[in-house]
Amino acid sequence: MKFEDHPGEADDGVGRLTRRAAVQSGAALLGVSCSLAAPHAQTVSAPPAFAAELPPQRMQVQLQINGTPHRLEVDTRTTLLDALRENLRFTGSKKGCDHGQCGACTVLIEGRRINACLTLAVMHDGDSITTIEGLAQGETLHPLQQAFLDHDGFQCGYCTPGQICSAAGMLAEVRAGMPSHVTRDLGANGPLTEAEIRERMSGNICRCSAYPNIVAAIKDVSDASGGRS
Amino acid sequence: MKAFTYERATSPEAAAAAAARPGARLIAGGTNLLDLMKLQVETPVHLVDINRLGLDTIKATADGGLRIGAMVRNAELAADARVRKNYAVLSRALLAGASGQLRNKATTGGNLLQRTRCPYFYDPARPCNKRQPGAGCSALQGYNRMHAVIGASDQCIATHPSDMAVAMRVLDATVETVMPSGMRRVIPIADFHRLPGNTPQLETDMQPGELITGVTLPPPVPGRHVYRKVRDRASYAFALVSVAAIVDAGGGRIRSARMAFGGLAHKPWRVEAAETRLANTVLDESAVNAAADSVLAGARGYGHNDFKLPLVRRTLQATITEAARAA
Repeated sequence: MKFEDHPGEADDGVGRLTRRAAVQSGAALLGVSCSLAAPHAQTVSAPPAFAAELPPQRMQVQLQINGTPHRLEVDTRTTLLDALRENLRFTGSKKGCDHGQCGACTVLIEGRRINACLTLAVMHDGDSITTIEGLAQGETLHPLQQAFLDHDGFQCGYCTPGQICSAAGMLAEVRAGMPSHVTRDLGANGPLTEAEIRERMSGNICRCSAYPNIVAAIKDVSDASGGRS
Repeated sequence: MKAFTYERATSPEAAAAAAARPGARLIAGGTNLLDLMKLQVETPVHLVDINRLGLDTIKATADGGLRIGAMVRNAELAADARVRKNYAVLSRALLAGASGQLRNKATTGGNLLQRTRCPYFYDPARPCNKRQPGAGCSALQGYNRMHAVIGASDQCIATHPSDMAVAMRVLDATVETVMPSGMRRVIPIADFHRLPGNTPQLETDMQPGELITGVTLPPPVPGRHVYRKVRDRASYAFALVSVAAIVDAGGGRIRSARMAFGGLAHKPWRVEAAETRLANTVLDESAVNAAADSVLAGARGYGHNDFKLPLVRRTLQATITEAARAA
């Protein structure tokens, strides 16, 4: 298998440090803050008054994206979303709120939908990630992509990659028999109704308000596969 | 975000020791910590990642209870067949919280350690005693619709935002931890979260570096499990008021009732005296009102959240009635 190498080309232009130097300076700074720290430092967030800030810390990480391994070096602060978009140019995943509230950044990690803006790239070394770019089979669209087209499940389209990735993860959750807030009987899997779809998709906001068509698109795909919740 | 060094912990003990260093923080799901780091409300200089420690299984205990690993994701816990069958209030509370994406990331341990969603805590430009002890509380005279009505202080009127913790409180869960020294301890959920008092920056009984390894539920409690959450939107919003209840009733009588409340205080709120007033009574409005009086003893509004006092009463009435009807 071929590795795609990305030596952190799209980073913020801060001077490159060797890893060894970064670790050493980091350790030194930790030592300084040690003597100044207040008790109960676990909940007092403010840093000690005179502690110099750490220089940027860089680490190697390998991400398996849409079946292809990518090795890159990132600042430890890089979210998975920024690594995808800025370092690797998978710009299908969108940055909306950057705080996990809008769902535009939704990707699948090991098949589960998550907000890529609320996790760090370095926390996903070796993980398999599916983005909107990885859903189609060659020229054949994923059923959800086709259904969003057929039902006009968008207006501006900015939330669409997140909606589709979220719906793919959601339908997998339904197949696995996972309940939702509106599931009446926790002991039985009922039909995937519109109310179920709306509740399960509440982590994806569409400011054009294409919700009726989004729900219809997802319902079609679910019904076609005998959808139960 | 401020720069930080990062390490992946190799054992719970090593994680606790590493996290005890000044400025270090443990990171699990990260859905709350990273949110706060982006706003520089949290500025750790070192992150200890505990995502590859395991701690992610749910096992029956010898006495008929259930032990939940600290890293079990909220989605997994809510869907577990044993939880759905025997601890439905916990499934319901989890499913009432956050979004599908967040529940796939957020962990059992991390959920207990969620920080308040007070908008002034989130805004570094505004004074907040929780963020910067001694700075003052902006919520007291500010927009305090979401804030506490019980157990608050003149230093802080923030609420604990978790739904899961409210269910854990009604179930009498215990929290298992490992200290940086390697010593382990068990903390009853009732003692786990603190009231703000003069130290609103301290939210739990946890010591620096201390790591949650699991949560244990005692054997199932008989009765109907209900979680009712009142919020501004139908989904994906924090509670104005929530009630976790387990009600054992039949023939118009309540044999026993347990209830804990979210959205009211700096910790999940449970008043055992209120439960005593409901035990072995005829189910009617006055009985539930008497219980609500006990729950609300010492409660007060701060202006925008005055509505919570009658809302608690009505929500409790609806919850107990629903639970008793279905029992």
